[in-house]
Order: sequence, then C-alpha cells, then structure tokens
Amino acid sequence: MGFLDTLFGRTKPVQPKLDDLFALPSAAITLQAASGFVPTGSGSVCFRGVEGRTFSDIQDEVRDLLNMDSGKPGGGLPVEVSKDTYGFTWLVSSHMSDELDALVTDLHAVNSALVDNGFGPQLLCTLVAFRDSAERRLALVYLYKRGTFYPFAPLSGERRDNALELQTRGVLGDDLKIEQDLTKWFPVWGAPGL
Amino acid sequence: MARRTRYAPDRGLTVRMTVTMFLLGLVFVAFVALIIGIMTAVHASGAAIVLVALIFGGGSAIASLFYSDKIALAAAGARVVTPQEAPQLHGIVDRLCALADMDKPRVAIAPTHMPNAFATGRNSKNSVLCVTEGLLGPQLNLTKDELEGVLAHELSHVAHKDVQVMTVASLLAIVAGLLVRFAFYSELFGGGRRSNNNQNALPVLLIIMAVSAVVYAVSFLLIRLLSRYRELAADRSGALLTGQPSALGSALVKVSNGMSRIPNQDLRAAEPMNAFFFAPAMKLTGGGGKSLSQVFSTHPSLERRLEELQKIQKQLGQTTPIE
Repeated sequence: MGFLDTLFGRTKPVQPKLDDLFALPSAAITLQAASGFVPTGSGSVCFRGVEGRTFSDIQDEVRDLLNMDSGKPGGGLPVEVSKDTYGFTWLVSSHMSDELDALVTDLHAVNSALVDNGFGPQLLCTLVAFRDSAERRLALVYLYKRGTFYPFAPLSGERRDNALELQTRGVLGDDLKIEQDLTKWFPVWGAPGL
Repeated sequence: MARRTRYAPDRGLTVRMTVTMFLLGLVFVAFVALIIGIMTAVHASGAAIVLVALIFGGGSAIASLFYSDKIALAAAGARVVTPQEAPQLHGIVDRLCALADMDKPRVAIAPTHMPNAFATGRNSKNSVLCVTEGLLGPQLNLTKDELEGVLAHELSHVAHKDVQVMTVASLLAIVAGLLVRFAFYSELFGGGRRSNNNQNALPVLLIIMAVSAVVYAVSFLLIRLLSRYRELAADRSGALLTGQPSALGSALVKVSNGMSRIPNQDLRAAEPMNAFFFAPAMKLTGGGGKSLSQVFSTHPSLERRLEELQKIQKQLGQTTPIE
C-alpha cells in the first residue's frame, strides 16, 4: 500500500492472481511419483459472497455454466455449492482422478467469471484434494491473493499432519510456488471436497 | 469482457481527510513560525523550555507508538489467545487476512463485559487485535457475519496504519500541551530567580503559553475530526472486504445498544481507550447538545456510519470500469 493510501485510509481491494493455478497438473505428477498421493478428482473454489442480488445471480450463472458438461465424458459430476460455518461459499467440482486438467479448467472458469464481473477480490482460495493408498488426506491450497500454494493435511479431530505438510513442501518446491510464510498456512477444517 | 471493479474509491472522504490534514499541518507550521519568532529575542530560558517540551513530547509519542500494543493490552487487561484457545476467532481472522493479503495480527481477548474491539500496534508485524468477552458473549448475540464485520473493521485500522497516523497527528497537540504546562511551572518556580538575567522573561513565557493553548485547542478539534474520518474509512474498507455492509451495520447497532445497557462505572474506566475502539464507550452529552458532542467525538454518529454503509451496499450492485 502506498504512502498516500495510508494517509487517506484507503485500501485497494486485492485482485487475485489466477495463472499459477495451471501449474497444478504437472505438480500432481511429481507428487504422485515422490509420495504416492493421487488426486481424488475433486477440487473446490472458496470465496466470500457479497450480499445482494447481483452476486447471487453471477453465482447461479457460474454453476449453470459448469453443469453444462456434466454427465458427458470428461465433464464430471454436477457442481455442489455449500456454505461453511464462516459464511464462505464453496463450489465443489468433481471429476475422475485422471482428469486433473479438466478440473483445473473448471476451477479457472469460476475464477474468471468472478473476476470479469468485478468480484475478483472476493476469491479466497482453491483446494485440490489428494489421497494415498493408506487413505491419508492431503490438499493443496492455492491462495489467490498471493499466487502461492500450501499443503494442508487434516487428521481426525482438528489436528494437522505437519510432518506430511512439510514433506510435501519439499517434494513440490520446484513445481509450485509454495507459500514461504508458514503463518499463512491457515487450516481449512471441514472444507467440502477434501 | 472488460475488467470491471465494484470497489470505487470514496473521493469525498479523501478530500475531507486531505483538508483536515492540511489544516493540521498549517497549524503546525504557524506554531513553529510563531515560536521561532518569539525566540528571535534569543531568550535562553524560553528556548530551553521549548526544547524540553519537544524532547518530552516527541519521546513520549515515539514510546507510546513503540509500546502501543503492550500498553493497550495491559490497559484492557487482555490476554493473547492461541488458535487452540479461540479457534473460531482465529478462523475468521485467518480468512480475512488471506482475503486482504495482510499479515495476521495477534489475537487477544479482554475480560470485559462491555462489547467492543480494538486494534493497535506500531506496524503490521507487531499489531494485535483485541475483542472483549462481551462482544463474543451470549447477551449481545452477534452472528458470525456481524462478528466478521467488526473484525474486518479493526483489520482495516491495521492496514490503514491508523495508530501511526494518529500518533503523528497528535504529536503537535502533545508538545503544545506540554508547553503550556512547562511555561506555567517555570513561571511559578523559575520566574522570580531568573528575572535578573533577562527582563522580558515574563511576557515571552506568557505569549508562549497563550499561543500553545490556542494551538492545543485547535489541533485537538482537528485530530478528533481526523479520527472520525478514519473510522468511516475503516468501516468502508471493512465492508468491502467482507462484501457484507449490512452485517457490519447491524453489528454497529447491536454494539451501540449493548454499550448503553452497561453501568457508568465501566464506561468511565474505558474512556482513555476510546480512540481505539470499534464504537465509542463514552458519549459526550451536555448543554451543547448534539452538535457540540459531535465536534469532540472520536467516532462518527451511528446514523452517519449506517448511512455510509448503505451507500457501499448500493455501490456493490453496480460496476465502474477499472482505470
């Protein structure tokens, strides 16, 4: 924030960075090779809805857009919309586990719809779920405002598998921009699609 | 499709803030010029007093800025809580900070029944966001969205660096206030002894005292005005961050109502903290009526804040092209 903005008490809403999301499919291959985690095929976009008709109309449009392909080969399941306890909306898109490219395209469609309509600052994060043969859960979370990823590995009872998260950071360091500031690795308990 | 934004800046507010800060600067320049003018008579004791006031005033301002988080937490009796102790509160702050791309402040809870919140600290790394137990309590019954609005308002204060800006703005008032006192005391105790050394000691000190008193009064009013504008700016940024201006509005109404039910004892104890609070703990009332109390108030009236939030609500339904 510039000096003048500080002086006048203005914060410019932060626009999201979208492009780094496309690094996901190749990173997923690295992850699978190194630690055996496979994409579950589901991913979600989390954003803070804005009150009023304008925003809910856009949200409906996005859902209809994504559902147009559902049922066709490669189109995935219909999109699920849910609201978490913090009031944030999650759009969950589910595909086959080898259709990560299609999943990322779906997620990007949500992003660009919101950005094009001027609601880019409302985007919080995107989450893509992984699982290994021991049924351990792992998510890669993409922070829109920073354009970085961090791993999130929930255990039962609101605990995190920090060792697995740090291991994942090591594995993916070359493929993805990993968030260096560990304080920004906030937990997304009960995130839909995880 | 062309990129559009729904977050147009509020130019009116910027202009009003600019004018206020310009006036503060003008008073400061005039004050310095006057003091220098008086000093041209090269008056040793007078110069020493001004110097001491500057050092004391500047020093205390810098110290209060540097330790603002510790001072405020101690004054409120607040305790910093971990994510394990207050998962909900941390969850909301985490998400808001990720939305705004800012560093997460420490989170503290004060054991006060009065519903309120404040944020302070010298920079984003050292800031702390404090809420009272009354704000989280069942009597007030804030919804999640309303609590989020309150926290977004406080985070906006951190993002706007309001503690730093207000410290700089009040520096002049502190120095002027100290000058009045120092001049008064040196009059009482030092004046008699030094009268042999310098004949104009008495009138010069009197002039310094008078000028300082006027400067203090004027800058005090301007600082209060600036504080009110910065509250509006924080309301605005907070509402845009969450996208829920109505939730922030209803939180304001609930907190204001909740406060009026609390006995006076508590309110007076909280008065020095007023400038940091989400809503003022103590309202000035008296013979002057509403208009006078507004001039002295650190916060805009509830009606004014709700009105501004309503404008934002309308704005979020429209778009303007990105410049």
